[in-house]
Amino acid sequence: MSSMTATNDQPAASSAKTKVIQPAWVRIVHWVNAVAIVLMIMSGWQIYNASPLFNFTFSHSITIGGWLGGAIQWHLAAMWLLVINGLVYLTLGVVTGRFRKKLLPISAKGVLDDTKAALTGKLSHEDITRYNQVQKLLYTGIILVGILIVLSGLSIWKPVQFHYLTALFGGYDIARYVHFFMMAAIVGFLVIHVALALIVPKSLRAMIIGR
Amino acid sequence: MIRKIRSLIIPGVDKDLLVKDATKLMPDLSRRRFIASGASFGALTLLTGCDVSDSLSAENLLTHMSKFNDMVQARIFNPNTLAPTYSEKDIKRPFPFNAFYAEDDAPNVDGKEWKLEVSGLVQNKKSWTLDELHKLPEVSQITRHICVEGWSAIGSWQGTPLRDFLKLVGADTNAKWIHFRCAEDYASSLDMPTAMHPQTQMTFKFDNQLLPRAYGFPMKIRVPTKLGFKNPKYVVAMEVTNDYKGGYWEDQGYNDFSGS
Repeated sequence: MSSMTATNDQPAASSAKTKVIQPAWVRIVHWVNAVAIVLMIMSGWQIYNASPLFNFTFSHSITIGGWLGGAIQWHLAAMWLLVINGLVYLTLGVVTGRFRKKLLPISAKGVLDDTKAALTGKLSHEDITRYNQVQKLLYTGIILVGILIVLSGLSIWKPVQFHYLTALFGGYDIARYVHFFMMAAIVGFLVIHVALALIVPKSLRAMIIGR
Repeated sequence: MIRKIRSLIIPGVDKDLLVKDATKLMPDLSRRRFIASGASFGALTLLTGCDVSDSLSAENLLTHMSKFNDMVQARIFNPNTLAPTYSEKDIKRPFPFNAFYAEDDAPNVDGKEWKLEVSGLVQNKKSWTLDELHKLPEVSQITRHICVEGWSAIGSWQGTPLRDFLKLVGADTNAKWIHFRCAEDYASSLDMPTAMHPQTQMTFKFDNQLLPRAYGFPMKIRVPTKLGFKNPKYVVAMEVTNDYKGGYWEDQGYNDFSGS
């Protein structure tokens, strides 16, 4: 933290490179993912409506595809965007050390302290190059959710060819519920994520122009 | 805006009737797609701010992606991978009826009159009576039927392996497709590797009872490696062919391969 604040205090000394908060590759995969996930969720809701798991359906106005066949076409086209982009993200996240540097370490105490600070309005957003403990938890969590939603999706799509995977989820029917709840987790994350990006606009700016 | 639209209409012509007539001129399939894409691209327009006129190219892209997914699924398909099997107690009773019509409207086929027509790239094109087919060796399976809609149900089916029948009639198993036609003008196509899969069955019984009307009497094709709509019921004809002839749902946009 000290080194980062130091560069902020000495604008003359800081090169263009150190000022970059979100590198180009992060920004590209972030926005590709945003498009892919919105397409997946809205077409997924239309597919859900064909055989709802619960006592509700999604309004036609917030789904895409028009009917089941159209929605499946959207879902199984956008899945390539989501999965290929996701693999690029995971690979670069590990190779560049971004995951290690940005997301670790996470401690239970740190998360509790930062949650308390956030709720009492004391959490600092001065230095957005470093994630607080709540951010670390949510960003790590959403990566795991992303992996689970893809794996449960694969086990629904190919319950015969990938039957070991489907069995790992407890069978076809349970995999459908897992897929649904992972979607719900992503929607929940999205609500918080977008709300916080709007509350701290410089974080949104960094994700668009990099600094 | 309204003036602009009006100027496009020939004076004295009712524009509602004109649109109606134009829609009627479209073949059934494109009419459905026209309506469906209108609905979906309404939402996409909101999302991306794209002009609706882009819809035709996006529609093309989706069709291409569906074809690409057919190719990927054919690669993933392993002819030796068996669909998981279950035990008696897992069978869903009553097993759900599902079709594009109500159960009361299901075909009522006279088993004595019915014959299975066999055509295309086969050596023996004779038609088969139900009695003859019932004499073929019987195998049984308890597998999960998975509907394209998402629900699933475990059922028990008895009949003869399709691959044995194909050998019996001298079918060219290097051909690409088996096309099935049904009593109610339903149709579906199976790729040859799926048709040759050990669990793909010409089914004459459900739960060890003669196939009831609801489940496809006199013959259903049970394909546990495919979604339910690729398991045709009330089959009247099978054709071995190298030409892709689609099917009732395939023609409307369901993915052709639709493998599980």
